[in-house]
Amino acid sequence: MPNLKSPLQVSGGPEQRRFLGDVDAMAGVHVEACYQCGKCSGGCPLSFAMDYQPRQIMRLIQMGLADEALASSTIWVCATCFTCTSRCPRDVDIAGVMDVLRVMARRRGIRPGDRNVGVFHRAFLSSIRRFGRSYELGLMIGYKLGTLRLTEDLPLGVRMLAKGKLAIFPAVAKGRKEVAAIFDEAEKGVAADAVKPAGAAGKGGSNQ
Amino acid sequence: MTAETMQYAYYPGCSLHSTAREYDLSVKAVARAAGVELLEIPDWNCCGASSAHVTDPFLGFALPARTLAQGEEMGLDIMAPCAACYGRLMAAKEEAHRHPDFVRRFEAASGRRFSAKRPVLNVLEFLTAEKVAPAIGAAVKRPLSGLKVASYYGCLLVRPPKVTHFDDAERPVIMDRVLETIGATPVDFPFKTECCGASLGISRVDLVIELAARIVEAAKGAGAEAIAVACPLCQTNLDGRQAAAATKRRETFGLPVYYVTQLVGLALGLRPAALGLGRQTVDTMGLLRQKKLA
Repeated sequence: MPNLKSPLQVSGGPEQRRFLGDVDAMAGVHVEACYQCGKCSGGCPLSFAMDYQPRQIMRLIQMGLADEALASSTIWVCATCFTCTSRCPRDVDIAGVMDVLRVMARRRGIRPGDRNVGVFHRAFLSSIRRFGRSYELGLMIGYKLGTLRLTEDLPLGVRMLAKGKLAIFPAVAKGRKEVAAIFDEAEKGVAADAVKPAGAAGKGGSNQ
Repeated sequence: MTAETMQYAYYPGCSLHSTAREYDLSVKAVARAAGVELLEIPDWNCCGASSAHVTDPFLGFALPARTLAQGEEMGLDIMAPCAACYGRLMAAKEEAHRHPDFVRRFEAASGRRFSAKRPVLNVLEFLTAEKVAPAIGAAVKRPLSGLKVASYYGCLLVRPPKVTHFDDAERPVIMDRVLETIGATPVDFPFKTECCGASLGISRVDLVIELAARIVEAAKGAGAEAIAVACPLCQTNLDGRQAAAATKRRETFGLPVYYVTQLVGLALGLRPAALGLGRQTVDTMGLLRQKKLA
């Protein structure tokens, strides 16, 4: 961890600082340690497709600009490749912060800044919840219906079916009830967080 | 683990039972040839990559924890060939120390115990394990002489280094060493650990075509005739999107994308069909015939 005896001054009022504190607590990092060197953005393979560079997302968090960060396309275009995390000289787990921002966006009901990616995650998780394992064909159908991108990749899908790479029927884990219980427990946790006072989410609470 | 039979708890994950069947086939065939027994974790579930950890932190932890807990019940080290599964399993082990409350909630919801202590191996750690590597070296029957291969590691085997503790995060060499063992010629190239886009291959095809183009063109530019991978998502993106990537660059690529275990199996004298060669999109057999390796 970097030396935080004299952290960067964080602008904004208590509301802004609360957002920074929540991100820090949930991700187990110190976003305020970021000194904007831009190494994360230089190495990011997907920065060309983002509305804010990873470096700018860190700055938005420092400034408490939650709405801008949570509605960005960046957090959904990020492929969690961890190049940024591995290279950060200030030991900020930037990819971990992206995960936290996606979780926060979902909890606050903010529409994903990239619609298709959001639909994909929902379709994927609903297949795991039902079967315990991923059911690719069902996932693809769910995704296609959710995005109305019905013909994209049809030839690829047909080829994969022909090569035996897509099962027609789902594989089912015997313990799928146990897997469903894990999903239920995850939702209970979200509900419990929601009734806590703002700023107390995650371990460690806020930095106020 | 006894001295006579080496055993691992085997976690294929969803991809190896569907889109990456040839990876499953070739991992098992190579293990058999090396005298290693892979015992499939009986009721494994999806690790959740790459959706669970972006949706809920506890869910991202608990899905891989359930599979790990079953591996612990078997009393064996766990081998996970899919790099995405491996990344999630390693992350869950790390999170268990950071979030004791996650462990408590998982144990209550699942009725299982989870110590987060069992080692988890990726396929390259498996192939180079102290007792496995010599067995493979001794079993090489048909060295892949003259085959120039770029080893592509992608992201999750090497990153984040604090979680995977595997090789060098910027310039890994272990797959290159494996290729040398089987007589192939590893080709160094600068995109070894660049990201292929992973599950964006479904939701943002346009982006993955660009990423695949960068990686394949770098491999080809370095003189590689083929690419070796150790991850189903890397394989699907570099192979399945290669034609579109070539069109985008107005180039012809035609680089077969093999699972590293398919190449090892070939060198061990196994039949191409037993290794699932022929299931990939870019032709995998033409190059091997041309080099008189199949």
